[in-house]
Amino acid sequence: MTRRLLATLALALATTPALAAWDIAQLMAELARNPGGEALFTEKKYIALLDKPVVSSGQMRYTAPDYLEKRTLLPRPERLLLDKDAITIERGKQKFTLRLTDQPEILAFADSIRGTLSGNRQALERNYALHLSGSRDNWTLNLSPSNPRIAEVVTRITIGGSRQQVRSVEYIQTDGDRAVMKIDPVAEPR
Amino acid sequence: MRLRLARPVLLWLLGLFICATLALRAHYTADMSAFLPRSPTPAQQLLVEQLTEGVLSRLLLVGIEGGTPAERADLSRALAKRLEEGGLFVSVRNGDAAILARDREILFSHRYLLSPAVTPERFSTAGLRAAVEASIDLLASPAGLMLKGLLSHDPTGEMMEMIGTLDSGGSPASQHGVWASRDGGRAILMLQTRAGGADTDAQAAAIERIHADFAGLPKVSPDARLLLSGAAVFAVHSRAAIESEAVRLSTISTAAVICLLLLIYRSVTAVALGLLPVVTGALAGIAAVALGFGSVHGLTIGFGTTLIGEAVDYTIYYFVQSDGDDGEGRWMERFWPTIRLGVLTSVLGFASLLFSGFPGLAQLGLYSIAGLVSAAAVTRFVLPHLRPAKLRIRDIAPLGRAMASFWRQLSRLRLAIPVLALAAAVVLVTHRDQIWSSGLSGLSPASSADQALDQSLRADLGAPDLRYLVVLKAADREAALLAAEKVGTQLDKLVGEGVLGGFESPARFLPSEATQRARQQSLPARDELARRLDAALIGQPLRADKLGAFLDDVDAARRQPLLTPESLRGSTLSLAVDSLLLERPQGWTVLMPLRAPAGDVPLDPARIQAALAGSGALFVDIFGESSHLYQAYLDEAILLSLAGCLAIVLLMAVVLRQPGRLIRVLIPLLATELIVMAGLALTGQRLTLLHLVGMLLIVAVGSNYALFFDRADSNPADDPRTLASLVLANLATVIGFGALAFSPVPVLKAIGITVGPGAVLTLMLAAMLARKNKP
Repeated sequence: MTRRLLATLALALATTPALAAWDIAQLMAELARNPGGEALFTEKKYIALLDKPVVSSGQMRYTAPDYLEKRTLLPRPERLLLDKDAITIERGKQKFTLRLTDQPEILAFADSIRGTLSGNRQALERNYALHLSGSRDNWTLNLSPSNPRIAEVVTRITIGGSRQQVRSVEYIQTDGDRAVMKIDPVAEPR
Repeated sequence: MRLRLARPVLLWLLGLFICATLALRAHYTADMSAFLPRSPTPAQQLLVEQLTEGVLSRLLLVGIEGGTPAERADLSRALAKRLEEGGLFVSVRNGDAAILARDREILFSHRYLLSPAVTPERFSTAGLRAAVEASIDLLASPAGLMLKGLLSHDPTGEMMEMIGTLDSGGSPASQHGVWASRDGGRAILMLQTRAGGADTDAQAAAIERIHADFAGLPKVSPDARLLLSGAAVFAVHSRAAIESEAVRLSTISTAAVICLLLLIYRSVTAVALGLLPVVTGALAGIAAVALGFGSVHGLTIGFGTTLIGEAVDYTIYYFVQSDGDDGEGRWMERFWPTIRLGVLTSVLGFASLLFSGFPGLAQLGLYSIAGLVSAAAVTRFVLPHLRPAKLRIRDIAPLGRAMASFWRQLSRLRLAIPVLALAAAVVLVTHRDQIWSSGLSGLSPASSADQALDQSLRADLGAPDLRYLVVLKAADREAALLAAEKVGTQLDKLVGEGVLGGFESPARFLPSEATQRARQQSLPARDELARRLDAALIGQPLRADKLGAFLDDVDAARRQPLLTPESLRGSTLSLAVDSLLLERPQGWTVLMPLRAPAGDVPLDPARIQAALAGSGALFVDIFGESSHLYQAYLDEAILLSLAGCLAIVLLMAVVLRQPGRLIRVLIPLLATELIVMAGLALTGQRLTLLHLVGMLLIVAVGSNYALFFDRADSNPADDPRTLASLVLANLATVIGFGALAFSPVPVLKAIGITVGPGAVLTLMLAAMLARKNKP
């Protein structure tokens, strides 16, 4: 552990002069090294019709490269599962499964988060124009839809993070409504 | 001389003409009706209705394979469009989003009439608050994105309430916007034909149309192909199989018998004359069935091939045994009584089939009786007039002499009979649990390949297996829907308790008028609703001034015309209602398919029956019912066969008079039955009731041979000509039945593999037991 810490420190020191050259390729490479793990999330949806945001929270689990489970506990239990090319939503007694390959819009949404988590630049650039800002320890990746069908619904997706960890995701919809999700890892991925 | 002789011939020609006319004008069928009971119980009646007219019988599943997923989806859409335009189908479903949007539009615009949650309480201040809170909670869900747009119109979430009641048994997977198999390798369509399942011609036309429409579609990949399954496909395939079998088997056995006769007689005239009774018999049989049943089943014709083998026996006896000078008079005197008795025993055997509740068997019985009697009569009364005086056939006495020593050797082995019979009995006792086939499937003419494809397409679609049904009857539509709603309330409780996984009801998309009106009346007037809404939204993040659309919609719903079957036309909701709510000549029938709870928990019929008690609704387990049906058939067939055998024994007892002779005739028959049954059991054949009928036929046919060997005045083994005629007749019979043994149609095959070996065995055993005449 100490050795790894030292190695990271050394690496960080060694790369400090190159901070200006921090780019998407480096971010993607780093994200791709994240094997996955568990996190808690809190999501706030700001909807014009409502005076207050709708808040939900729960747990998330990601296993590289394509398994993502979002288990909402509040206000009502619900489970969303993205596994390879299938998306499953379970709520109460109901369960829906969709195949992503035939739902390009939903696939694009799924790819925005999953592509970021797995550092899959190719998947991201299929539907979005990427813009990176900030530093390695506090980066912000902006996704602007290049696919017109997605642009109809979403204006921008902003993903923030630190090193290989995604910390927040914000969706801004075309009607001005937005959803902000904060992600807090429970345990450091080993 | 000619004029005097002509009378029987004229009568025969007249009869032949009438029979031919009847046969030509007869209606031929090959559907499942021959396998369904004539006087069913209410539950069986339902089963029959489902099999012949119900949703199940009109459902066709289509799979498209090959090419890319996108291409399959395009083919699916193009095929659906063509089929809808063709008008042969009441519904074409492929999961196309456009059609689902139409459904959603109907559901949304009628949500206050359709949602089971619409009650006066729901529109009270407290009810509104709870409903709005739930809707806001739902916005937090990923599904909330889709519902956000509905919130201002539907803040109480009636749309979600309706979707929640839809059967969540798993809808088919979707690929490029249309239904696909779970593995994504096939596009799937579900069709419902306009024609009923019993109308095989119309079903065949519909199936042909699907193939033609698919063939006419432009395709990118050459390997794109169509798969088709459903009850109608089974019916059409099995009809085609039975028809081609009937023709093929008759052709083969006729050709074989003609060759045999030519070989024996060496006279074309004799062969032609010999076939006259056979042709007459076949025509008379068809005519009798057409008259007696109104239609002739293809299986009956297929079975007719056996008649060729049996009827030709009479002419073989006639030509061979009456050959020589003054042979004819001698034949009439010596052999005709034996043959007559043989015909009578056969007729008695077949007569027992007439009483069968299984129309296929009853037809078979009538066909055989009419065929055998007329063939024997033509042989006895017409052939002598037609036989040219100088007709000579080859003398087959040498053949008989050559065989005689073999038969004498055989009779030394008579001790083998009890040994064999005993061994057979032991086999039967040790195999007693595996002798009978269980279930109607053994009788189904559908090939196993067809059945496997059906299974696979059904699994792709998650199509309900429709095993459990609740059935209701009512005088009119409104009463039927009210009853369905009442039963639905009971079933909802069972769903809540986990006894049931779910159920379907026509009232889900078409509530009774009373219920629709009650829902309409639970909606408050606009001002009142606005007041309650204001109060309900205190402390909520949603403000009433954003819900003007909701007030407008509720106001409109209070005056909205009620939903009728017509307002559902063109949507898939209409199909759901039409398939579950049936108009019958005697009233309306409601079908409510039940789904077992998730996991492998079987349904508990007792709980369901208890919940239905007093409602007049009937719980039906289709699988159990068809097993009962089959068991009833089997029991009946056993009874009838025993009765037939008993009648034959009685007849012979009366005619033969001496117990010793009777026993001598019966032993070969009994031993044959035991040995054949043991043989079938040993080769792993599960016996169906058709095998049982085969057993009866062994007695009916075999008794003819046994009777010849019992003749007091001469042992055929000592009379080369008689012996030869018996062996040849036996050969002809085996050809007739043996051809059936090679048929892929299970029903025909069952009879063939039973009677073919049985006929040979009876002859040999009878020969072994023949009484020793003085040398």
